Amino acid sequence: MSITYLEAIREAQAKLLRVDERVFIYGQDVGGTFGGAFKATKGLAKEFPGRVLNTPISEDAIVGTAIGAAIQGMRPIVEMQFADFSSIALNQILNNAGTHYWRTNVPVPITIRLPSGGTKGSGPFHSQSMESIYAHYPGLIVMTPATVEDAYTMLIEAVAIDDPVIYCEHKYLYYHLKADKLPEKGLPTGRARIAREGRDLTIVSYSAMMQESLAAAEELAREGFEAEVVDLRTVKPLDADTVLASVARTGRLLCAGESFPWGGATAEVIARVTSQGFHLLDAAPQRLNAKDTPIPYHPNLWSAHRPNAQNIAAKARALLRE
Amino acid sequence: MLQTAQRTAKSKTKKTAPPHDRFLEAFRWMLLTRTLEEKLVSLYRGGLITGGVYIGKGQEAVSVACGLFLQQGDIFAPLIRDQAGRSAFGEPLIDVTRTYLGSRLGPMRGRDGNIHRGHPRKNELAMISHLGAMISVTVGTLMAKRFKGEKNFVGLACIGEGGMQTGSLHEGMNIAAVEQVPLVVVATNNHYAYSTPNDREFACHDLVDRAIGYGFEGYSLDGTDLGTCLDVIGGAVKRARAGRPPQLVVASVLRLSGHGEHDDASYVTEEIKRQPFARDCLKVAEQTIIDLNLVDAETLAEWRKKAAAQVDEAIADAQKEPAPEGDKEDWCALSTRDLVDSFE
Ligand SMILES: Cc1ncc(C[n+]2csc(CCOP(=O)(O)OP(=O)(O)O)c2C)c(N)n1
Ligand SMILES: [Mg+2]
Repeated sequence: MSITYLEAIREAQAKLLRVDERVFIYGQDVGGTFGGAFKATKGLAKEFPGRVLNTPISEDAIVGTAIGAAIQGMRPIVEMQFADFSSIALNQILNNAGTHYWRTNVPVPITIRLPSGGTKGSGPFHSQSMESIYAHYPGLIVMTPATVEDAYTMLIEAVAIDDPVIYCEHKYLYYHLKADKLPEKGLPTGRARIAREGRDLTIVSYSAMMQESLAAAEELAREGFEAEVVDLRTVKPLDADTVLASVARTGRLLCAGESFPWGGATAEVIARVTSQGFHLLDAAPQRLNAKDTPIPYHPNLWSAHRPNAQNIAAKARALLRE
Repeated sequence: MLQTAQRTAKSKTKKTAPPHDRFLEAFRWMLLTRTLEEKLVSLYRGGLITGGVYIGKGQEAVSVACGLFLQQGDIFAPLIRDQAGRSAFGEPLIDVTRTYLGSRLGPMRGRDGNIHRGHPRKNELAMISHLGAMISVTVGTLMAKRFKGEKNFVGLACIGEGGMQTGSLHEGMNIAAVEQVPLVVVATNNHYAYSTPNDREFACHDLVDRAIGYGFEGYSLDGTDLGTCLDVIGGAVKRARAGRPPQLVVASVLRLSGHGEHDDASYVTEEIKRQPFARDCLKVAEQTIIDLNLVDAETLAEWRKKAAAQVDEAIADAQKEPAPEGDKEDWCALSTRDLVDSFE
């Protein structure tokens, strides 16, 4: 058997609907016989009548409704059709869900699935990676699974958590990643994973860029360099301990992320390592992000806009020469 | 279907039956609210309240009707000017004074102030500032109740005519009708959003006309007349509870204060102050009581005294309580402690 990242997301939701009557799925086109723009909920409306509900094109109200339902004891899963459209719901996510526990002592257990990141030809409004925006605000957990196994177990974990979870699922990984079977259990939430061991430098990444980083590490291995690849898994909370332990072994740090370059998850990793582990560094830490422009449509421009295995490897080579 | 409630004609006969069977009860909540808010204003002027004070002067009749007909299990989403409704719904006065005076023991524990307070576990939602946002949240609470198999519940959410112009409100009203939840939205047109008059807020003939566009049933009313407020809002709550479509009630009043107490409201025109909707609903209700001889003057004076005593007690109690302290605060925005990020 072979199961894709996308199928893992569907399977996780099927399991959640099966075992937990508080769960319902709310989003555009998720219900009926359609099953979502990417088919992440295919067949679920039929299997779980009344619990997989199509909504109007009202991201603000979709999240607001989910918040209200969560306050009253439900465990809603919201599917944004694309992460990009969650900008319409920013107010509800940041100001309502993100502040609610702090203000009232009542947590808001919602999970918001964001089909994130770039694929060829998707352009400025169907390609965004928004983890850094959500991580910046208090009161939210931000998951960025990079493997099929994590896509499955982390989504199940997200719904179990009493606080709001932004679950960033990468559209490029939907069909490109496959696993033989789904695990029962994953690493605890908030724990990073050493995806590849190495002694010469640490590459910290997450989501699709973790896969590019692994490919870069393969390229470097052919040249005799052993890169350690750390998969953050959640960008918030950020597992600085695992990163610092890796940098302690390698002395060199490169961070790769797909979101825009100003601030963000990669900058946060570097800030933590330099402030808590400056003495561990043999060279100035480096990072790679997408370019500081909207995301282009044309495949030639798109592949030059985001980091990839080649330029991650190139940046790593330069860092190894330092 | 669009229906517009008429203001009930007031007779000056010697009838002693009140215009509504909960008229006197409602009046007492209005009186308590006015007494409390006047006191809060004087504390604010005396520099004893940090942050803003926002009162509902002139809107107590509408607001009290919003809280009065809700029962155990119903959801209330009050807004800026809903002290009367909050009290009628069951919010203790001490919640108010603790929040305004920054007691660590209040529902918001010094973390949020003034009108943002709420008790989600007691079905009083805690508004965020962003107007319009609480409509869909209320819808969600009602959907949850339906999922859980509860019956006979309603939700009531308040909004101003200013907040009615947000996208969030529009999305919330629409999704309420799509989900067919038992929701009542009470919109109070007090003719200003902060300093902006109606003609720069919207251009439709009457806000209640929007009801039909959303699939709500709509009613408009004179918000200065307590009897009408009780009839119309009480009726809307009853209809929602009985499974009618969501209900929109648009009440017309004038805000008889500044936007907040920092605001002298010098932009409110003399002309608008002469409009029928500029009457003070509390005075109108009191006049009704006198005209219809519903209670005698001593009783009225007694009620006043009692309200003042309750308010004084709530203020004195809150003033004795400890303030939050920065170095003892639990700086944790997540309930899941082991997932709190560490920035040490
Ligand atoms: C979305 C949003 N924009 C701006 C504000 C700032 N603000 C607070 S109250 C207010 C006026 C509200 O007018 P209205 O809804 O008519 O209520 P009223 O104050 O008249 O009761 C404004 C502009 C806000 N709270 N929310
Ligand atoms: Mg107004």
